[in-house]
Amino acid sequence: MADFLLEIGLEEVPARMIAGAEAELGKRVNDLLTRERLLGPAAKVTSYSTPRRLAVLVEDVLASQADTEEKLTGPPWKVAFKDGAPTAAAEAFAKKAGVAVAALEKVESIKGEYVGATVKRLGRAAAELLAAELPKEVAGIYWAKNMYWRAGKPERFVRPVRWVMAVMDSSVVPLELAGIAAGNASRGHRVQHGEAPVVIDHATHYAEALQKAYVVADVAKRRHSIRKALDAETRTVVGARWREDAALIETVVHLTEWPTVVLGDFEPVYLSLPEEVLVTVMRDHQKYFAVEGADGKLAPHFLAVLNTQVDEEGRAIIRHGNARVLRARFKDAQFFWDFDQKTPLTERVESLKNVTFQKELGSYYWKTQANLAVAHGLAVTVKGAGIVFDESALLKAVELAKADLTTELVKEFTELQGVIGGLYAREQGLGERVAAAIYAQYTPASTEDEIPPSIEGQLLGLADRIQTITAMFGIGSAPTGSKDPFALRRAANAIVKILADSGLPLTLSEVMQASGADGENREQVAAFLRERLHFYLKDVLGYAYDVVNAVLAADANDVCDAMARAEALTAVRGSEDFAAISAAFRRIKNILRQAEEKGFTIAPARSETLSIEARQLADAAAALAPEVAFRRQERAYGEALAMIAALRPVVDAFFDKVMVLDPDPAVRGAHLGLIASVLSGFSGIADFSEIVTG
Amino acid sequence: MPSASVLPSAAVSPAKVAALTFQELLFRLQSFWAARGCVLQQPYDVEVGAGTMAPETFLRVLGPKPYKVGYAQPSRRPADGRYGENPNRLFRHTQFQLILKPPPVNVQELYLQSLEAIGIDLSMHDLKFEEDNWEGPTVGAWGVGWQVMMDGMEITQFTYFQQCGGLDLDPICAELTYGLERLCAFMQDVDSVYDVVWARDPDTGAVVTYGDVRLTEELQYSVYNFEDADIDRLWAHFDSYEAEAQALLAKGNAVLADENASPTEKRRFPLMSTYELALKCSNLFNLLDARGAISVTERVGMIARIRNLAVGVAKVYVGQQAS
Repeated sequence: MADFLLEIGLEEVPARMIAGAEAELGKRVNDLLTRERLLGPAAKVTSYSTPRRLAVLVEDVLASQADTEEKLTGPPWKVAFKDGAPTAAAEAFAKKAGVAVAALEKVESIKGEYVGATVKRLGRAAAELLAAELPKEVAGIYWAKNMYWRAGKPERFVRPVRWVMAVMDSSVVPLELAGIAAGNASRGHRVQHGEAPVVIDHATHYAEALQKAYVVADVAKRRHSIRKALDAETRTVVGARWREDAALIETVVHLTEWPTVVLGDFEPVYLSLPEEVLVTVMRDHQKYFAVEGADGKLAPHFLAVLNTQVDEEGRAIIRHGNARVLRARFKDAQFFWDFDQKTPLTERVESLKNVTFQKELGSYYWKTQANLAVAHGLAVTVKGAGIVFDESALLKAVELAKADLTTELVKEFTELQGVIGGLYAREQGLGERVAAAIYAQYTPASTEDEIPPSIEGQLLGLADRIQTITAMFGIGSAPTGSKDPFALRRAANAIVKILADSGLPLTLSEVMQASGADGENREQVAAFLRERLHFYLKDVLGYAYDVVNAVLAADANDVCDAMARAEALTAVRGSEDFAAISAAFRRIKNILRQAEEKGFTIAPARSETLSIEARQLADAAAALAPEVAFRRQERAYGEALAMIAALRPVVDAFFDKVMVLDPDPAVRGAHLGLIASVLSGFSGIADFSEIVTG
Repeated sequence: MPSASVLPSAAVSPAKVAALTFQELLFRLQSFWAARGCVLQQPYDVEVGAGTMAPETFLRVLGPKPYKVGYAQPSRRPADGRYGENPNRLFRHTQFQLILKPPPVNVQELYLQSLEAIGIDLSMHDLKFEEDNWEGPTVGAWGVGWQVMMDGMEITQFTYFQQCGGLDLDPICAELTYGLERLCAFMQDVDSVYDVVWARDPDTGAVVTYGDVRLTEELQYSVYNFEDADIDRLWAHFDSYEAEAQALLAKGNAVLADENASPTEKRRFPLMSTYELALKCSNLFNLLDARGAISVTERVGMIARIRNLAVGVAKVYVGQQAS
């Protein structure tokens, strides 16, 4: 048994790519060793990474593969040996198998006697195999962006490989990556350890040796120490808390080898800038954590995660430097804020003519006009359903929604578009409803995100997105496969989410109607929205795929209604009666399909031609259908489904006793008419035949 | 004997004591890289938006010939002008531009040594190499690399060029761009670039600041770039320079393709002048942009026009070098 360690030393790898690459390297090494039968019974694979290295430690590797024996069969014995002497055929086979002619054996099979050979294959040593195979695995690692660095361009990788360490226990495994021969030396922290090599005396001592060289190779350990350090630094300010930000934590974890934290301050005067701007500057531009006071409001401090550990004097210098940069950035933001106020949003709409929305469609001015028409259509429908909202605020918000694209602040912080517009609208006294709608127009950004809180905001969000989708489909720019450059799927997901969470009385077809979709365009958009509704029910809300299929087969137009039906169906899906009903409906569908294929006539069910079981079913169905329809109307889906499930005895009796496809065309026609009416009468909530039963 | 009075008092922060003047910073960088075999060039005398566009980078990175060069390049960004009112943004800033072709294996270590050479004690600062890939659509160039962050401030752009003038590079090169103004403001610990000490008289201690040297021109350039530049004339200049560049490129391509042309005839083709016409177009484009005269739609087309010139020049250059 042995332990193997591979470390690839790199120039700083982009933080966003490290976690994926570390996992992939671990998997590739594990798969290679498994494939080559080199993992011991207690094998354990541990991966490591820092910005400058990817590493994997495998404990309990077999020193070499087990030897194997293979039996080969050659030509018939009679051909190989003439009068006991080997022929050319025997010699050729022996040569091919790599054994002496004398070692050839006689093999009996049902086809007769053949020449056989037992070939022993010696297992390869792990070190030799790794040296040969591992470089290919490393070269296969996926990177979002690669580069060349050596003359002649022999390989591409994320950044130049600068050293390689490959050790089996204490011996170097002689492999080569990117022209660099592996050794047993790593490197420590650039500054704190310096350029002296960090020699590892045993594979399992890797993390420990690096720790002494100011490198924490274990990602989880770095994450933990960063969180602890953030807590500790924040405690120096009474009542303060740092703003949790899991994504930022991951970024700084992958930007550091030896993380520490300093807390710095900024002038409280900048707190007059909106929190959104301050946090964006700190998080996106400086990778600082924001700090809030006991009241939950932003406090004039920041937390910077450093890639070094220095004494108090050094900390003072670093704190001062970071504060200086932040101050300059805030000063810039303040400048942009003040500058932007000189031209109110209302005066900016005209200049949207110079901002392209989409080359073939037009400018954002064009987009604004189109959005206005859509919003107007939606407003009429919603008003018609008796919903109260501020229509003039909605139209004002739609008109001004894109005006912030011309502001300096949005040019500087593009991620704040919409938000900035909302803040400016408020500042410029355009009314709280207008401001709130503009502010939240791009939410929800994902299906986990909240929808806009106001009806005006929801309608603006719907109008903007459906306009984009319909227009883009109109010029043939629908998403295909993994290509969705205009994020139309995200836009459609947001439409579904807004309809689901707002409860607005709008169907998908009403939304499409407002966007002016018609003809083929409308069919494509409808199919696209239906697919997104399917995604929402199944992948976001977690309903079983057969439930979703059943529900959407009945109707896929009203999002909230589809959710309610999916909920009710899920509740009864497991019951025995319901399973039987589902099976029966599937049977009905199959029979009707056969009947259609054979061209059988379907006649209205007339009781005089029917057997007792068929008549019982017809009577029960006829009595129940209006009850179910009434409850469907009332959206009392649970009750309706319970009623349908209660049909089971008569349905079962019918299928037990009645031959549906009776040879007598009149009887058969009546039977078919009966089951067709059962199917259509009870498929309004869901197409039960879609339900998969055990 | 009294103790040496030249020693700094303990009250002064070490950063301030060590801080170089603006011109000393440049001297140190130049001597550091000269000592490592770089050619030191003088600033290029045609308007450019970045050191990358000077021919010492744009042309020299093409083809197989190794080259190491460093130069300070005044770089014009008309849209970044702020009438001298913003402490951190300039119409014209100075890049110390370094090209190492091919990059040595210890290029990052050399870079860190250059920081020490200008008086930065790395053990007292926080240093990170954060992903920042570069793309110059008007010159058909891109590369991958980092922004080097010191105490939260970007002090250098470090790029491994992969393509230039639309041509794949082999060998590739490392480009290091030090933003001298912000680096110096950081080292001198001043909040405004205009307070940076440019020179200090060793006898009197009198200082000349960056503001003394440059503030007025920053104001005047902003007035021209944002208010006075005549849009119609800028368009006409652009068309005129572009036409001349295209005519020269046609001539260059013809002579290179001509089997009967002698090596001398090929060498005589005025490649540099053609490239300078392309640079003129690039600067005019930036001016038009600052004037708000280019719509987003036009922008794409304008970038393509400049790129065509740059790509054309790169091709002819490579052909000329090979012949």
